[in-house]
Amino acid sequence: MHPIAAAGPGERLLLLGNEAIVRGALEGGVQVAAAYPGTPSSEIGNLLFQIQRDLPGLYFEFSTNEKVAMEVAAAAAASGLRSLTCMKHVGLNVAADTLMTLAYIGVKAGMVIITADDPSCHSSQNEQDNRYYAKLSGLPMLEPATPDEARQMTAYALELSERLEIPVLLRTTTRVSHARAVVETGEIRDYSRKTVGRFEKDLRRWIPVPAVARVRHQILLEKIKEATVLADRSSFNRLLGKGEFGLLTSGVAVNYVLDAVEELGLENQVRVLSLGFTYPWPTGLLAEFLKSVKTCLVVEELEPFLEEAARMVAQEREIKVTVLGKATGHLPRYHEFYPAQVKKALASALDVELKASPRPDLSWVPDLPLRPPTLCPGCPHRETYQVIKAVLEELGEIPRTIYPTDIGCYTLGLLPPLQMADYLICMGSSVGSACGFSVATDQRIVSFIGDSTFFHAGLSPLVNAVYNQHRFTLVIMDNDTTAMTGHQPVPSQELRWPGLEDKPRIDIEQVVKALGVKNVVTINPYQKKEAKELVRPILERDELAVIIAKAPCILYRARVAKK
Amino acid sequence: MKRLRLLVVGVGGQGILLFSRILGEAALAAGLPIVMSEVHGMAQRGGVVETNIVLGGIRSPLISEGEADLLVGLEPVETLRALPRARKDTVILSSTDPVIPQIVKDGLAQYPDLSEALNRLRENFEKVYLFSAEKLAKEAGTSRAANVVTLGALAGTGILEIPDELWVESIRRAVKPKYLEANLRAFELGRAITAN
Repeated sequence: MHPIAAAGPGERLLLLGNEAIVRGALEGGVQVAAAYPGTPSSEIGNLLFQIQRDLPGLYFEFSTNEKVAMEVAAAAAASGLRSLTCMKHVGLNVAADTLMTLAYIGVKAGMVIITADDPSCHSSQNEQDNRYYAKLSGLPMLEPATPDEARQMTAYALELSERLEIPVLLRTTTRVSHARAVVETGEIRDYSRKTVGRFEKDLRRWIPVPAVARVRHQILLEKIKEATVLADRSSFNRLLGKGEFGLLTSGVAVNYVLDAVEELGLENQVRVLSLGFTYPWPTGLLAEFLKSVKTCLVVEELEPFLEEAARMVAQEREIKVTVLGKATGHLPRYHEFYPAQVKKALASALDVELKASPRPDLSWVPDLPLRPPTLCPGCPHRETYQVIKAVLEELGEIPRTIYPTDIGCYTLGLLPPLQMADYLICMGSSVGSACGFSVATDQRIVSFIGDSTFFHAGLSPLVNAVYNQHRFTLVIMDNDTTAMTGHQPVPSQELRWPGLEDKPRIDIEQVVKALGVKNVVTINPYQKKEAKELVRPILERDELAVIIAKAPCILYRARVAKK
Repeated sequence: MKRLRLLVVGVGGQGILLFSRILGEAALAAGLPIVMSEVHGMAQRGGVVETNIVLGGIRSPLISEGEADLLVGLEPVETLRALPRARKDTVILSSTDPVIPQIVKDGLAQYPDLSEALNRLRENFEKVYLFSAEKLAKEAGTSRAANVVTLGALAGTGILEIPDELWVESIRRAVKPKYLEANLRAFELGRAITAN
C-alpha cells in the first residue's frame, strides 16, 4: 500500500503539500474523486490514482476535463458520497459553468474543490487569482499556508461542505502545493468496502429552472451569512501578537510575514491577523482586528482580495485605520512574493532599518548560458514538426503559413529551429482559433494539438469547423499519454499503466471521421519518408484535414516498461 | 539547531529530488524542523532545477537574494548562477562537472571558461569546496551517484547536525538495494572532501 494511505494516526511524515491534501482527503473520508491533471495540482490526482488500487472504498478517475471531473464529484456528493475534485487555476475556468450553478443546487455529502493557483506562471499561461471564484460563486474558501494545514483543511472542507450543503473551495498556490514539510497524520476512514450512494429526487432542489434558481440563490446568500459566522470563529484564522501596527495575511505569505516579524525583532510591535478561512470574509474578526491597530499592512500575493475586505469593513463600521498594501504601492499585484520582499515592505512600513549583510562582488561572473525547457532528445513531437515543415517547404507554403498551437509539451515547438507555434490562448484554442483565422485571413493554417488536449477541449471546435466549413489542417500529436503533467492516461491510449488494461479504447481516427472530417491520415512521425508522402496530398489542398501523428512519448514508454 | 538556509541547484536529470528526499528524511529522523520547496512540472530534462531547504524553525520555503547560508551546486554554471543568493560567508560546495546546455550544443550560446570562473569563486567567498562529483561517483561504482557524493560532502561539513547513522539510514531507504553499496561508498567519498 502507498505509504500515504498506510500510515497510521500520529505519524510524522515529510509530505508535499499536494500529498498532504490526499492524506487529508482520506482522513476526511472522500469516497469519489475525479480530476484532470494540471501543474501545480497534478500530484493530487496521480496519488489518488495509485492509492485507489488498494482501497476498495475509494473511487478515482482521470476525467476528460475539469468540467466533467467537477460534475462527477458533484453527482457523487448529491448522492450522499463525499467527493473531491482538483485542478489548476485555469482548469477552474473550464469548470466555471458547473461551479456557478452547483453553488445554487448544492450537495448532500461533503465536496471539496481544490484549485491550485500559479503566481509567477511557473507552468501556466496566466496568474489569475482564483480567490475571486469564491466571491463570484458564493462558496466558502480555505487557504492553507503549509502542508500540514493543507491536510487539516482538506478534511475540514468536507465537514464544512456537508454542514452547509454547498461545495467548499480549497485554494493552494505553487509554493504550498510544492512545499515539503512535516505533517502529523490523523485517522483515516474505513476504506475496506465500497459504499453505494443513493440520489433522492427533489425537483425544487436539483433542477435550477428559473423558479427554483431564484429561490436557491436566496438560500445560498443565507448560507454565506452562516459561513461568515464560522469564518469569524475558525481556528484557521488567528490573531497573534500585540501592537498598534497590524499585519493582515493569508496563504504562503503567512510564512513570510511570521519569519520577517521574528527576524526584524518586531514581536512586541505588531499584531498579526493570519487568515486560513478567507471567504466569506470574516468581517467580525476583521473589524475587531482593525479596531485594535492604527495602521494595517495587507500582505497577500496577487490581487488585493483581503485589502478590499479590510477597506470595506473599515468603511462600513467607521473604523479609523490606515490600510497599506497594493493600493499604496507597498507590494505588487503581480508574481509570487519572495521572503526578502515581504521583509522589506514590513521594514519600510514600520520605518525599521534593514541590516543587509555584506554582499560579495559578482562583477566577475561570466555570461551564463540559459537552459530553456526543450523537447527531449528523441521526442516524437520534434519528428512530427519536421515532417510537416519539410512538406510545407517543398510546397513553398512556409511564408503564408501560421501555426495556432495548444497546451502541452509540443508548445515548445515555438523554439528555434522549429518555430512552429504562433498563437495560443488556452486548452483547445488551437482548433477554435483556426476556425477564426480561416474566416479572417487567406493564410494557410496548420494547428497543433495533443491527444489529451484534443479530448479535453478539441472535439466541439472540430465539429464547428466541419459544420461551418472552415479550412485548416489540424495535426493531432498522439503520444499515448498526458505527457507534460506526468503521464496520466488518455482515452485513446494503447500503452497503459497496470490496472487500466480493461478500459475501452477510443480511437482518435474513428472519432475524427465520425465528426465528419473527410481528409484524415495517420502517420508514424519516425518514418519520415512514408510520413511525408502521406502528408503531402493533404497539404497540397487547402481544406479541412486532420493529420494524426502517432508515436508514444519516449519517457512514458520507458516508465511503463519498468512497471 | 540554529536557523539555516540551504539552496541546492542543478540541472534536471541530475537527481536533485533524490538528494532532497534523502536530506529531508534524515533531518526528519534527527528531529530537525525542515521545510523544502521543490520545482515540479515544466522542469523537464535539461532545465534549471533547484530545491530551497530551510531548517531550524524557518517557515518560508524560499530563499531570497543574499539569504543562503549554504549553497550546494550539482553543476558549476548553476552554482555561479545562484551566487546572488549567497553572502561572502556562505559555505559553497560545488561539483565541477559541466552539463552542457542544449543551446550551447546548438551553437546559440557559449559555455564559460570554468577554470577562470572557479578561481574567482574561491577568491570571492570564504569557504568554497570544489570537486568532481562524477569522478568520485565512478570510483564508488556508478557515475549516477554524483548527487550522493555531493550529499556526502554536505554531510561532512557537519553544519546540518545530522548524525552519520541517520544519513546512512536515509540513503538505505531511498536507494534501490542493487545500487545501495555504490551509493554508500559515494557518500563516504563525498564526506571525506569536507570532513576533517
